[in-house]
Amino acid sequence: MAEVQELIKIASQVRRDIVRMVTAAKSGHPGGSLSSTEAMVSLFFNVMKHDPATWTRDAKGADAFILSAGHIAPVYYSCLARAGYFPVSELATLRKYGTRLQGHPCVSHGLPGIFQPSGSLGQGLSVAAGLAIAKKMDGEDNHVYVLCGDGETEEGQIWEAALFAAHHKLNNLVAITDWNCQQIDGRVEEVGGLVDLAEKWSSFGWNVVTVEDGHDFEKILAAFDIAKSSVDKPTMILLQTEMGHGVDFMAGTHKWHGKAPSEEQCAEALAQLEETLGDY
Amino acid sequence: MKEYIVTGKKDTRSGFGDALTELGRKNPAVVALTADLMPSLKMDKFAAENPDRFIECGIAEANMVGVAAGLALTGKIPFIGSFAEFVTGRVYDQVRQEVAYGHTNVKIASSHAGITLGEDGATHQTMEDVALMRALPGMVVINACDYNQTKAATLAAAEYEGPVYLRFGRPSMPIFTPDEQTFEIGKAYVMNEGTDVTIVASGHMVWEALQAAKALEEAGVSAEVINLATIKPLDEQAIIASAKKTGALVVAEEHNMAGGIGELIAGVLAQNCPTPMEFINGKDLWGQSGTPAELLAAYGLDAAHIAEAAKKVIARK
Repeated sequence: MAEVQELIKIASQVRRDIVRMVTAAKSGHPGGSLSSTEAMVSLFFNVMKHDPATWTRDAKGADAFILSAGHIAPVYYSCLARAGYFPVSELATLRKYGTRLQGHPCVSHGLPGIFQPSGSLGQGLSVAAGLAIAKKMDGEDNHVYVLCGDGETEEGQIWEAALFAAHHKLNNLVAITDWNCQQIDGRVEEVGGLVDLAEKWSSFGWNVVTVEDGHDFEKILAAFDIAKSSVDKPTMILLQTEMGHGVDFMAGTHKWHGKAPSEEQCAEALAQLEETLGDY
Repeated sequence: MKEYIVTGKKDTRSGFGDALTELGRKNPAVVALTADLMPSLKMDKFAAENPDRFIECGIAEANMVGVAAGLALTGKIPFIGSFAEFVTGRVYDQVRQEVAYGHTNVKIASSHAGITLGEDGATHQTMEDVALMRALPGMVVINACDYNQTKAATLAAAEYEGPVYLRFGRPSMPIFTPDEQTFEIGKAYVMNEGTDVTIVASGHMVWEALQAAKALEEAGVSAEVINLATIKPLDEQAIIASAKKTGALVVAEEHNMAGGIGELIAGVLAQNCPTPMEFINGKDLWGQSGTPAELLAAYGLDAAHIAEAAKKVIARK
């Protein structure tokens, strides 16, 4: 289990991976990958009980993670590879023909660590709720984690799942919203009218933890601690983040939601991100 | 012609419900979910006997599909039940991503399919569901012919590893297949052997096809009747063999033309042995309120129309 100083190093390398992968693929989603990097690194290198060596898709005896916002696959793949699920060299194959690293995560190409395909938005919370209820049926005390984008929570199914998870008292379910306030067509408030997230989740019967700096590992880890001690409610961690965080020209704008940098822009971005664990 | 004795009348959905009860007693991995339609899906008994393995999802079908996928990942065998429209059209994208593409072991129990739903009218009478489910790679699609066969098919679906779409209906219909039977997924059942024409039917239309064959026999026509209980994977060899033998086909289904079994079989025959065909289906129309019998007659989905189509196709040989 990595502590904060180590997590910071991993996050820097993961950001480099994201930028390099998307540049090489000439397509992909850097903005949300960069905003959710600390959340993902926290999960895979500190919070979750998981073992890449013994991973199976049935999630038996381990925590499970579902990425609902499938388009931020670059950060997911980087975390999986850096955690040891598959060789980091494979990150170079993102989105290429024949790759296990499909444009959106899937299970049909045999990449270890992936439980369910995602890409069509708003569905992962339901799957995570299913896993969580199954773990309760089986008397397992492991947790199920799921990460959603904020724009994604405009989907109606999210609120079906919200109702369901609270109704079934799924306190082993921990959801994270990457609250970067940006979606493809602009600011989330303006595009979908989605405001007052804390009030909404709270009124659905969830334990809500808001983290005002969603890039601060200390605060993120503290939020997960609160989540894990929930007695009878699922927990939503609202992480206030910045789209494109860590790369100045990508930060705070929806314009880098789904666009690859040029080679020059890639170099400019990498100059801002320390290579801590060695590039793939 | 082979004689079929009607041993009773029951809805095919009860075949599903009774099989689910049986599965609840013998297979602890089986779980059932519904979206506020427990009695309609005949899940009451399973729910009463296995409260810990029954999940009421409320009127939220999209979530139900995702929850089922999550349950399936852990080795459980979830059956999700609702009306045909609400477990296909309403949640097509969820079924596509979480069940079919994820290839999770989810069984979709689809009741009140087709026009025989009756009085509720077109909003509920899906005549497109087979097309949607057939279009998904890896999805098994089953539409058994009566209560007994639906029961057997449900038991077989639980044994099969992978996504299955089980289609059945609302009204009471004749029971004419054996009480005790095993269901083989992917097998087309030859119900009657004949030489002049083949009638391929699925679901409720199988009984109509047998009645048509009887009428044809009286008119001196020998009709082969095939029960296409499994629509996908298609038993191509059985269809091709019969088409080669009789040289003329009628396909009858309680579904619209687009994406139904008529088009499916036409595609196979076009490639293997082009054969004159006629089609009995809901064409390209919406349903409407009425009794099942009224609607079947009004939309031409009955024995009389099948027999007429058989004569027409024989004349085209």
